[in-house]
Amino acid sequence: MKRVYVNEDWCLGCHLCEYHCSFANSGKSDMVKAFNGNTKTTPRIVIEEGDDINFAVQCRHCDEPLCVKGCIAGALTVTDGVITIDDTRCVGCYTCVLSCPFGCIVTDNEKVIKKCDLCISRTGEPACVKGCPNAAIVFEERG
Amino acid sequence: MNYLIIGNSTAAIGAVEGIRRLDTTSSITILSDETYHTYSRPLISYWLEGKVSDEKIFYRPQDFYSANKCNVLLGKKAVKIDRSEGEVILEDGSAVAYDKLLIATGSRPFVPLMEGLDTVSNKFTFMKYDDAKAVKAVLKPDSKVLIIGAGLIGLKAAEGVYKMTKDITVVDLADRILPSILDNEGSNIVQKHLETKGVRFILSDKAAKFTDGTAILESGTALDFDILIIAIGVRPNTELASECGLEVNKGIIVDSTCKTSDASIYAAGDCTESFDVSTGTEKILALLPNAYMQGEVAGLAMAGGTKTYEKAIPMNAIGFFGLHMITAGSYDGDATSIQTEGNYKKLVLKDGLVKGYIMIGDVARAGIYTSIIKEQIPVPDLDSELLASKPQMMLFSKSRRLQNLGGVNVGN
Repeated sequence: MKRVYVNEDWCLGCHLCEYHCSFANSGKSDMVKAFNGNTKTTPRIVIEEGDDINFAVQCRHCDEPLCVKGCIAGALTVTDGVITIDDTRCVGCYTCVLSCPFGCIVTDNEKVIKKCDLCISRTGEPACVKGCPNAAIVFEERG
Repeated sequence: MNYLIIGNSTAAIGAVEGIRRLDTTSSITILSDETYHTYSRPLISYWLEGKVSDEKIFYRPQDFYSANKCNVLLGKKAVKIDRSEGEVILEDGSAVAYDKLLIATGSRPFVPLMEGLDTVSNKFTFMKYDDAKAVKAVLKPDSKVLIIGAGLIGLKAAEGVYKMTKDITVVDLADRILPSILDNEGSNIVQKHLETKGVRFILSDKAAKFTDGTAILESGTALDFDILIIAIGVRPNTELASECGLEVNKGIIVDSTCKTSDASIYAAGDCTESFDVSTGTEKILALLPNAYMQGEVAGLAMAGGTKTYEKAIPMNAIGFFGLHMITAGSYDGDATSIQTEGNYKKLVLKDGLVKGYIMIGDVARAGIYTSIIKEQIPVPDLDSELLASKPQMMLFSKSRRLQNLGGVNVGN
């Protein structure tokens, strides 16, 4: 299955992936409208910044996903390897935040959690990959 | 192969999903003394509150049993396991045969003997869907609700009734709330938060005597109530196992594949003991994720698999009135605490390992700490300067990070 991977050596820590992710999940067709302050934008990808190293982290879509196994509401499910959240079932208990070993479940004080769905509802590459200026984030099949 | 599961909650569902990963054809029979499609017990407070609908309280979709080819016998109580015949006897006298049996009988509320309790008409425990329905049936605007027990269940019950009534009093024998998951500082923060919402607490006290509508506490305080909810604790349902001669301590004793002392019988969930890697001791971990993991490995093992579950720890994610907290592991060790406006964090180290943590308010990425405890990653292998600041992948060495972020197997 194709997943998103980051190359630490190439990641500039520019945060553009966060903006592209937020925009892709904003439901807006125009980037200006998405970021004009009237829409809640929450990236499902997190940039970690160090002294000389930066990298982006988002859902690994684990084969043995602890978030799915621990979900108290049956809201997290796996379809063709992609882990998605059912907003109508999530109660915001954050057991998935407790469980995810990569820290990839995002919360923003709204009722439901948010996470990367590999942009499955859209076509082509995930928005973070498409928008990375240095090709540090790739979407590929690995063993 | 003929699989039989006693129970229809989290561990049972984990077992069905485990079995069906390896065996898509054999018969699976589920016995439940309740009459509902599998539902999530921790959602009953959300249901009572009105946040979760009748349809969404169910733990799996309505077609779960048919999709997984399960024969479900609802409203059937198992009363005996006959190991020599390989069958389970039901209350109506009928027998259901098994080749592999899973005991997933869960736990039940503990209600101690209290004087006059039998005279109270509106008294409830709070674990089952029927409990929540019974409370809802009598709950009126401004009902006086008295909750005995300031643990997870008692406080979730308080949140559950809060939309209807703000007149809530919680009594606990302990001198602080949520003593099973929080330290003193954490308990104080959460108590204050609940008090700002109007919940009243009476701590270091207990109900000595009841009449219908009044509780007299040991201190002499008299409390009037319309509804009494008893949430003192839970006890494992181990009787079926012990009566048929299986090894039982506080909970049913199982190995790392959830097999009991009988090779044909497995047990999973609140009725069993788990090995807590944060303390190195066997204990009952009555937690939903633990029940699922145990159920799943039990199901896999019943179907011939070899996967084990060896990384259990106590862990909880819960919130009350918008204040979230995540806790895990053991607090015995050297603690680093950071308290800022609205947030509290405590990280506990011992023997060169991270053993436990408490995060209240800002709980972002807590699971990274959870994994460090479960995987027992030595503190010297972590970035010691970053460790207490916040959970992040930057804590790990580059090689471990590349392995983790490049790989996809996580396990259990």
